[in-house]
Amino acid sequence: MELQMRTMTPQRILVLIGYAAAAVALFCAPLYLSDFRLNLLAKFLAFAIVALGLDLIWGYTGILSLGHGVFFGLGAYAMAMYLKLEASGGKLPDFMNWSGLTSLPWFWKPFGSFGFAVAAGLLLPALLALVLGFFTFRNRIRGVYFTILTQALVIITTTLFIGQQAFTGGTNGVTGFGTLFGQSLGKAETKQILYFVTVIALFAAFVLCRYIVGSRFGRVMRAIRDGENRARFIGYNPAVYQMLVFCVSAALAGLAGMLFVLHVGIISPSMMGIVPSIEMVLWVAIGGRGTLIGAALGAILMNAAKSTFSESYPELWTMFLGLLFVIVVVFLPKGLAGLFPQIKLRKRRGMEHEGEGVHYSAL
Amino acid sequence: MKKSVWSGVLLVLLAMSLVLAACGKNNSSVPASGGETNTSAEGGEIKVGILHSLSGTMAISEVSVKDAEMMAIEEINAKGGVLGKKLVPVVEDGASDWPTFAEKARKLISEDKVATVFGGWTSASRKAMLPVFEELNGLLWYPVQYEGLESSPNIFYTGATTNQQIVPSVTWLLENRGKKFFLLGSDYVFPRTANKIIKEQLKAEGGELVGEEYTPLGHTDYSTLISKIKEADPDIVYNTLNGDSNVAFFKQLKDAGITAKDLTTLSVSVAEEEIRGIGTDVLEGHLAAWNYYQTTDTPENKTFVANYKKAYGEDRVTADPIEAGYIAVYLWAAAVEKAGSTDVAAVKEAAKGLEFNAPGGKVTIDGDNQHIYKTVRIGEVQADGQFKEIFATDGPVKPDPYLKGYDWAASLSAE
Repeated sequence: MELQMRTMTPQRILVLIGYAAAAVALFCAPLYLSDFRLNLLAKFLAFAIVALGLDLIWGYTGILSLGHGVFFGLGAYAMAMYLKLEASGGKLPDFMNWSGLTSLPWFWKPFGSFGFAVAAGLLLPALLALVLGFFTFRNRIRGVYFTILTQALVIITTTLFIGQQAFTGGTNGVTGFGTLFGQSLGKAETKQILYFVTVIALFAAFVLCRYIVGSRFGRVMRAIRDGENRARFIGYNPAVYQMLVFCVSAALAGLAGMLFVLHVGIISPSMMGIVPSIEMVLWVAIGGRGTLIGAALGAILMNAAKSTFSESYPELWTMFLGLLFVIVVVFLPKGLAGLFPQIKLRKRRGMEHEGEGVHYSAL
Repeated sequence: MKKSVWSGVLLVLLAMSLVLAACGKNNSSVPASGGETNTSAEGGEIKVGILHSLSGTMAISEVSVKDAEMMAIEEINAKGGVLGKKLVPVVEDGASDWPTFAEKARKLISEDKVATVFGGWTSASRKAMLPVFEELNGLLWYPVQYEGLESSPNIFYTGATTNQQIVPSVTWLLENRGKKFFLLGSDYVFPRTANKIIKEQLKAEGGELVGEEYTPLGHTDYSTLISKIKEADPDIVYNTLNGDSNVAFFKQLKDAGITAKDLTTLSVSVAEEEIRGIGTDVLEGHLAAWNYYQTTDTPENKTFVANYKKAYGEDRVTADPIEAGYIAVYLWAAAVEKAGSTDVAAVKEAAKGLEFNAPGGKVTIDGDNQHIYKTVRIGEVQADGQFKEIFATDGPVKPDPYLKGYDWAASLSAE
């Protein structure tokens, strides 16, 4: 919550109880979920991290990125490269072997170190976002044009990853991992630990986003969203803010990608393609852009729905999912989180720019 | 007033998620009470998983295989099931997405406790599922010809490996159609690996490589490529294109005035099903290499084709992967009967050397690499969209996924 919100209104207490309940539910999940369901939940929580990042840039800064699949993928590949090298145990990874390489490419070598892989998984997406942001935001490319550029980035990256089969595993992607720090990834204990790591990462990401949103920086973000030129005339340089938010958002997607690989055991270019990139935006839209909890919940619930529907109705699940989208868009234009602010924000005096103040003209 | 309505909605949502979570728990805890393995065999039924893409780009191919597997299950159930128990298929959708294949495979093995899984089409989907099956000691039957160089202890491969499709077809082409090869493929793992093998073979058997080109999956403009082919003037275009690209390539080849009489093409991913999509007028006279055609002349095949059409419609055709999916179910059932149990280790042991009179001729499971002996057939597309077999090996060919029986292939399998 915002720092100035110190008074304990009943609403605030309710919200706090909600957060506490969610935290308890997540930390106790291994007690009531089977290994398989826990693994799925862990994947959904990783997706929630992407949604948080997307919400920062879209919900709070008003810039729609349809390219977060790339940032997610870069993080995922960084972790996958580390795991693949550990699984290959000094030998050449199998796909390089059948693609005709005889020695490990130079850029693969540092990924033998876990620290480097994690750093790369966070910094590579951030760096790419910085470069893209530098050339776009500074030149005041925004709105639809920026969104189209992010789509182009997706196409370029997936084409590159598919074409360079010897270095990236091509359409198959990178899979066939064995261990992490010598612990089998398949063991139930390892999976539980990875689950907790993901829960902690999600909480950390949430707290970070809350902090950013609640700070002065966050208010400038919203000011840019609601009137970029006005913010500029007041004396802020929107490009700097946009670039920084885009970087943080990309790094969060990278973090989610790394966790995704640990849970799912495979990353392929299809996971960083156009469809997943749009899906990520959908989670935020369904959950409620401009509210962090909405974005996270949207990602978790949408993916849970996807898994449940496809298990129950393998032939028809896409229809159900489509129906769900339509229902949410028609009846809950502000997403699932549209249910919350009614309760908690009405009471605030003079906080017009919060939550429901989202300016829908940005895109 | 309004507030309480929303809180009500929220409560309902929360309750729903709790119910969902509870369901997840129940599903897993009930079978777990029976024992570690094999619980599915203890009721009056045995659960088997079917995992193909029912949505997405691969659905068009994979649904037919799913249909054949369902048909085999029904036939087996009609004859009294396996070990006196009925087979109950659990169908999941891989959605043409590799991580989804991994997720659903995990679900089938650890939640549904299926005795075995029949599934997959693309190599990518198999590679995604492989670690899951090895980790949870499940059993996968994979029904499609593929690029070889793999032999997982938890997978049975009922499609051809390279020495049962690609290698013999190249030899046949060299002997009958010419020496100059042009390799054309979609840009993914199967064509690239297949072509790597073909290049080694051409070097060893006196062929000549005059061109090698890859196009992205779904690519549809082949005019420049056809010019390149014209320029290179090959005797043979060896085609490993996949899916829609075949439609575009063959149509544009015909438009360029090149027919099967002028240029031999041999495809390894064009079967009866694809011919329906591409059009027989365009494909007539072109060649393909497979282990089975709808026209393959065996008594088993007549029944198989008739039953398939009866079940799914007169306009449906059978094809190699469809047959391979069908026989996978029978081979597994026979191995379970022999083992007297659905336990994975016992079934694998019982499967060694198992024989079955498949629609495509007799097949035998090779105990060493869990592939099957298959007859290699080269067919020519006829005006009615069916193949006429113009070459077949004398008998079933022993599977050799790592091509250990070929000196020239030594560098391919560094294992």
